[in-house]
Amino acid sequence: MTAPTRTSTRQNPLSVGGATLFMILFAGYFLAPVWWLVVTASKTRAELRASHGLWFSGPFELPGNVADVLGFDGGLFLKWMANSVLYAGVGGAVATLVAAMAGYALAKYVFPGREAVFNVILAGVLVPTTALALPLFLLFSEVDATNTHLAVLLPSCVSPFGVYLARIYAAASVPDELIEAARLDGASEMRTFFAIAVRLMAPALVTVFLFQFVAIWNNFFLPLVMLQDSTLYPITLGLHTWNSQIPHNPDLQLFVIVGALLSIVPLIVAFLFLQRFWRSGLGVGGVK
Amino acid sequence: MRNHRPGRLLAVTAAVVTTVAVTAACGGGGDPGPGGTTAAGACEPAPPGTKVELTFTSWVPGMQKTVDLWNQNNPDIQVKYTEVVGGNDGTYQAYANQIKAGTTGDLGMIEFDNLPSFRLQNGLADIGGCQPVAEGIDGYPEWTRTQVSFGEEGAVYGVPQDVGPLALYYRKDLYDAAGLKPPATWDEYAQQAAQIQAQGGLIGNFMPDQPAWFTALAWQNGARWFTVGDDGTWKVDMTDPKTLQVAEFWQKLIDAEQVNTIPGIGDVEWQALDAGQEWTLIGAPWTAKLIETNVPSGNGKWAVAPLPQWSAGGTAGGSWGGSTTVVWAGSAHPYEAAKFAMWAFGDPAALALNNENGGQFPAHTGQTDLPALSEPSAYFGGQVIWTEFAKANDQVDPSFAWGPTMTDTYDTLSNGFGQAVNGQAKLADVLGDAQARTIETMKAQAIQVG
Repeated sequence: MTAPTRTSTRQNPLSVGGATLFMILFAGYFLAPVWWLVVTASKTRAELRASHGLWFSGPFELPGNVADVLGFDGGLFLKWMANSVLYAGVGGAVATLVAAMAGYALAKYVFPGREAVFNVILAGVLVPTTALALPLFLLFSEVDATNTHLAVLLPSCVSPFGVYLARIYAAASVPDELIEAARLDGASEMRTFFAIAVRLMAPALVTVFLFQFVAIWNNFFLPLVMLQDSTLYPITLGLHTWNSQIPHNPDLQLFVIVGALLSIVPLIVAFLFLQRFWRSGLGVGGVK
Repeated sequence: MRNHRPGRLLAVTAAVVTTVAVTAACGGGGDPGPGGTTAAGACEPAPPGTKVELTFTSWVPGMQKTVDLWNQNNPDIQVKYTEVVGGNDGTYQAYANQIKAGTTGDLGMIEFDNLPSFRLQNGLADIGGCQPVAEGIDGYPEWTRTQVSFGEEGAVYGVPQDVGPLALYYRKDLYDAAGLKPPATWDEYAQQAAQIQAQGGLIGNFMPDQPAWFTALAWQNGARWFTVGDDGTWKVDMTDPKTLQVAEFWQKLIDAEQVNTIPGIGDVEWQALDAGQEWTLIGAPWTAKLIETNVPSGNGKWAVAPLPQWSAGGTAGGSWGGSTTVVWAGSAHPYEAAKFAMWAFGDPAALALNNENGGQFPAHTGQTDLPALSEPSAYFGGQVIWTEFAKANDQVDPSFAWGPTMTDTYDTLSNGFGQAVNGQAKLADVLGDAQARTIETMKAQAIQVG
């Protein structure tokens, strides 16, 4: 894709410093809530009210608090965590695969109605998922599948935005010459897709996966509409339940905070782990 | 139970979404509607030997234990229980969806103030003709019976579960030290507010975020916010002299800075109580446990007195919160469902469990016979506070009725009250706005408003 970045010798040190300062300020702005979460999750319930939110106070209780949360109500939180991983992991993976195939097909095959299909999918990007929750609920009710894992998982397996991104990226990064060459060498269309296209599209697919993973992880409304059984809840809905029960059980206030901290850990891990795929496209230098 | 904080948006969405279903509004005395309510005469038990399975949802902590007890003793009527989030936190939205999809199951919990909304969605079965209900409904106080019948003769759209009759929690230690007695009338309350202010304290808190609390106070004074004519036309009147009297009373206290104006029933309130800032708290039975758990420093210092009255020697009350268990119109076994509900919220053993695990103050009139509710409470200085609330419960005005769009009405009220306590509006104007907005919302849902 683009050439490796060159550091320009003509850069003004003042503007570099300014940019850095700007970035630091923004990083601080975005990290402050996380910092608050870490600090607050390590306090005792008594310290929660009594002390300032942005600095530690009293004994460092984080490990104890985490153990309390994980053990509460027969390990319900772990179940929610597992549900979230299931919904977001499987949903994200399937959605990515579907998006990759659809995007590749739309970019590389010419067939009647191609633009119409693409436009319909684009329209799908514009419809907020919240608006679809109720129709989905009615559909799932028809087949008696509400209040099951599938009720959240199936709708999570599609990502119109992913298809859009995959198409744009496939058009730009999978050269027709490579596909031609593969065909000449006798590779089937499937093989061409999985062996060549998917690899070339990897950075885009990682993006699609992460977007979808985060979207499902943070999804609240769909599970709220679909699920009644608390053992099927994802973390978002679980924490909401705890939050609404605080007046009856004040311990839950701290649990919600610690739970919120725990709930962002998998997201951070996913980002750190997948970040390296963004560094460069594999196709660089593939065609001369 | 208590009123909403977070899930308003959802509930509003629910209200909007349900619009479609409510086109043919049938208010207090309306017709049951297609596929709607079960005809009263059709409530027959399943043939002997049939095993009946029922579903039941609520958000009362520990309700599973009550259900377990029933299941042990009733092998032929087994109840599957699901604990859900609070009504306004999402469950009302779920109910509305389930009514549309026809998947409500058999039994669900609904607060009194949301009952009309689900009645209008044709979601509720009339179980008045079910034998266990017909036999036992007189065990509930009159005001709750009116609430669940919507004034229809012989109709019962829900079994009263718990109630929230208002009383006055007060700091007995501070009152004794100041040589004061808890106020018997609102005039006395206002006088004491000035005296307490002079001593550096505040008599209480006007909770801007708890519109149902204000509603209960207006209720006590005989307000009639919602009435339904014979032709099914609703009338909304939130600016009647009774309500305005209550509003002006609090407006004066707010203007004189003699009451706190912080969010109620949450951390902010508990901190204020912990600091000994507020000398009284107008609350419901369920508030007792919250104060006890959240304000440990008040141990032995609090007591409960009757709610102040508008006229000396008066005996009027209002209810803050409280809920019912309904049998859904889609239930295949209304008889068994009604039988379970009457047991779960009428049988002493069940009531004892509900109180122990869920902190419920039962609607049933036998409540003070329960051992747990006839014991002195150490936190409240050895007082048997429940007899106060039982008395208050008998005094709740039976003619107050809720509107069909309370979630929306509450939203307008709490937003307005929030401005009022900041001096940006007057309580009376807020009520006028809320009335206009409520009528607008009802019209938008094709409900006839006069």
